[in-house]
Amino acid sequence: MNMSTVAIDLADVKKSFGDKVIVNELSFSVARGECFGLLGPNGAGKSTIARMLLGMISPDAGKITVLNEPVPSRARVARVRIGVVPQFDNLELEFTVRENLLVFGRYFGMSVRKIEEVVPSLLEFARLESKADVRVSELSGGMKRRLTLARALLNDPHLLVMDEPTTGLDPHARHLIWERLRVLLARGKTILLTTHFMEEAERLCDRLCVLEGGCKIAEGKPDALIDEHIGCNVIEIYGGDPHQLCELVRPYARHIEVSGETLFCYAPHPEQVRVKLRGRAGLRILQRPPNLEDVFLRLTGREMEK
Amino acid sequence: MGESYAAVMPANAYNWIAVWRRNFLAWKKAALASILGNLADPITNLLGLGFGLGLIVGRVEGTSYIAFLAAGMVATSAMTSATFETMYAAFARMDAKRTWEAILSTQLTLGDIVLGELAWAASKSVLAGTAIGIVAATLGYASWPSILYAMPTIALTGLVFASLAMVVISLAPSYDYFVFYQTLFLTPMVFLCGAVFPMSQLPGSLQHFAGMLPLAHSVDLIRPAMLERGADSVALHVGTLCVYAVLPFFVSTALFRRRLLR
Repeated sequence: MNMSTVAIDLADVKKSFGDKVIVNELSFSVARGECFGLLGPNGAGKSTIARMLLGMISPDAGKITVLNEPVPSRARVARVRIGVVPQFDNLELEFTVRENLLVFGRYFGMSVRKIEEVVPSLLEFARLESKADVRVSELSGGMKRRLTLARALLNDPHLLVMDEPTTGLDPHARHLIWERLRVLLARGKTILLTTHFMEEAERLCDRLCVLEGGCKIAEGKPDALIDEHIGCNVIEIYGGDPHQLCELVRPYARHIEVSGETLFCYAPHPEQVRVKLRGRAGLRILQRPPNLEDVFLRLTGREMEK
Repeated sequence: MGESYAAVMPANAYNWIAVWRRNFLAWKKAALASILGNLADPITNLLGLGFGLGLIVGRVEGTSYIAFLAAGMVATSAMTSATFETMYAAFARMDAKRTWEAILSTQLTLGDIVLGELAWAASKSVLAGTAIGIVAATLGYASWPSILYAMPTIALTGLVFASLAMVVISLAPSYDYFVFYQTLFLTPMVFLCGAVFPMSQLPGSLQHFAGMLPLAHSVDLIRPAMLERGADSVALHVGTLCVYAVLPFFVSTALFRRRLLR
């Protein structure tokens, strides 16, 4: 890829804390205007990678380039054009919404006049117009998250780095954030987000990198990953002895996974499986299209913890 | 390695102002409570010890005991207000409140943040020290212009003790450790450094040791200013205080880098 069209480039990045390897030989590239997801369970190294992109953690080995700046050596210069949504809100709780934006804009060297110029459009974007003079401690979780997003846009960044942007939000608040992020993508912003929500990754990301234990286990477009690794319907069966059921449906399955008390049967012709199971009492059967959850299960042999 | 330490030092001469203004905005919201809270203790000491002990003690170094004590209380309150602002408020901003983390995602460096916090703590020292000066002047134990003469030293004293406290918070795992610094370092210094009685009362060897402590240099500058006498060895005192302000700044910034940016 041509460097001017690349927003983020990681090459063979390694990081350990003590003798625990957090990120292992990781390489990936994010193009400008793309939404790229780092998908993985807790402890997969997602937050460490996000912090490395900002120069807040230095890699032990490998090369990181963000917006054409080498990181961490010139991370400060890169950060001028990056907006950050951290995993945990770090807003000023005793300040009002407006004061939060004012104080944060000054960290970017913006004049008070310049900040006041952009605040109305940011409040509108975050749907917080009516909350401008409310103290942050009085806002709901979803509103705080939207304010954090507005704050990340103060410096009109090219790139947004978001660490679990919707973790801890209720479904309604989550959908509102997703909708706002799509607006930003339509405006041409580049987004790197970490998530352990398969749905979030599937809905938003153009491409994603599936991580486990600091290693990349898959990379690609969400639907391509699903096609490549699953490529057929899924039947979830619970309520019986999964190992016994396993033998029963095996002839019709392309692949079978057992996780806890659930049996995942990947079958090109699901009706055959249903016929086979007909009449067995106490079973609950759910047939659905495959998703990233199945990809993760297929690749790691276990479900992603939620 | 050297390059990465250079990267956390202040990026320029003015980035810290944004941090100072953040703290000023937060302080304005609770200014009255903050002023009263900061002043009650030293004023109680000044009046209680000054009037009570002053009657027994009589004159000290050619002046009334309360006038002698007033200068000591100005220096002490500059020391404690900078220390407490750093140990409690700045520690909370660095740790639980994640304020520093938010700032580090902007174009500011760790050094910019530490510098802003030091300047802010020194500002609170100026406020506390000046207020006690005003009380002393109102009671007639110091002249009004003398407060102005003492102010640069009050500010420098604030920088020194904020800077030293920065090293403490860069190392302390939690609030529980601050009490050691307070009881083993700050409180003895009040008695060793001539704040409440002349250092000449101390045994000779202890005088020598006490003379190296930062509060002694503050008192040696603030007392003559407030009593409108000429101070001795001004350059030595100012120089020593500057070393006490600057060295811990670099040490704490390097320690914060290890703590916050791994």
